Amino acid sequence: MATQADTATSGEEEALRFYETEDHPHAPATLIGFWLYLMSDCLIFAVLFATHAVVGRNYAAGPSPADLFDLKLVALNTAMLLFSSITYGFAMLEMQKDRRAATLLWLGLTGLFGIVFVCLEIYEFAHLIHEGATPQRSAFLSSFFVLVGTHGLHVSLGIVWLAVLMIQVGVRGLEVDNKRRLMCLSMFWHFLDVIWIGVFTFVYLMGTLK
Amino acid sequence: MSSATRANSAADAAQTKDGHGHDSVEGEPHGSVRGYVTGFVLSAILTAIPFWLVMGDVIGNARITGFVVMAFAMVQVVVHMIYFLHMDTRSEGGWTVLALIFTATLVVITLVGSLWVMHHLNANMMPMSAEDMKQHMP
Repeated sequence: MATQADTATSGEEEALRFYETEDHPHAPATLIGFWLYLMSDCLIFAVLFATHAVVGRNYAAGPSPADLFDLKLVALNTAMLLFSSITYGFAMLEMQKDRRAATLLWLGLTGLFGIVFVCLEIYEFAHLIHEGATPQRSAFLSSFFVLVGTHGLHVSLGIVWLAVLMIQVGVRGLEVDNKRRLMCLSMFWHFLDVIWIGVFTFVYLMGTLK
Repeated sequence: MSSATRANSAADAAQTKDGHGHDSVEGEPHGSVRGYVTGFVLSAILTAIPFWLVMGDVIGNARITGFVVMAFAMVQVVVHMIYFLHMDTRSEGGWTVLALIFTATLVVITLVGSLWVMHHLNANMMPMSAEDMKQHMP
């Protein structure tokens, strides 16, 4: 009896679930999959943070964070990334309302804040190298450049991804595929902001403390 | 009411609650202007205070400042998770949170383990600086 009832219900279920077979039944799987990627990316950063925690005070008689870091510049950088996070959030809200122009505007602003962030970081790196604080100078500087550089590389690639998506949204509109891609980038972008909290706290602020 | 009907009406209710048609991606996180602004203001405050504490040397003790700054960072990470990444225990049937807890466990093991092991290795090495020499010499 029970088996009969089961087959009956599963048959009924299949017949009624027409809306799932329509567009993209795999979209939720994409989002959870992308989340798992971000978690694995988080482990990469965890290892780099651990390295910096171990060798971050080994200056090899070279410059220390207090000599090198300009906290005002770091604060400005942090503000840029925070602004880009909220503008991306507004882009997502416009996307949910299917307003293409407004979505593109907010995405563009996000990209600009991201570009300013990367430029400030390149300026900082160039300044450090000019002062002789190169990655080869000490274990502290090696781990600093790898950790902050990896984050900067992520943001740079995020900007490339953002530009590609803006073109796709511009050409093909806010269709399901593009919405799903924008949501993945949204997670990526906010995730990078979370990593930056760790960077400015552990590397810059706590590094500067004696 | 059979289980299938119940499941379907639940799914229907979920769709109606979504408020937009079938061209939206299911399982999509739902933010609001209010949520993003709240998250932004909280993050701005949680960022500004640690910078002020370190730049102004407000507390005067590096160790205490370090702990306070770290506490602010942890709170800010949670704020970002909730308001920007829309984490909750219900999304994806709890799998995102489960993956997060698993990752957090691995991160803690990596960080604490590395520091623990390397601290002991360091302590057993020859002293490197003059200050260390003074400490270790009888």
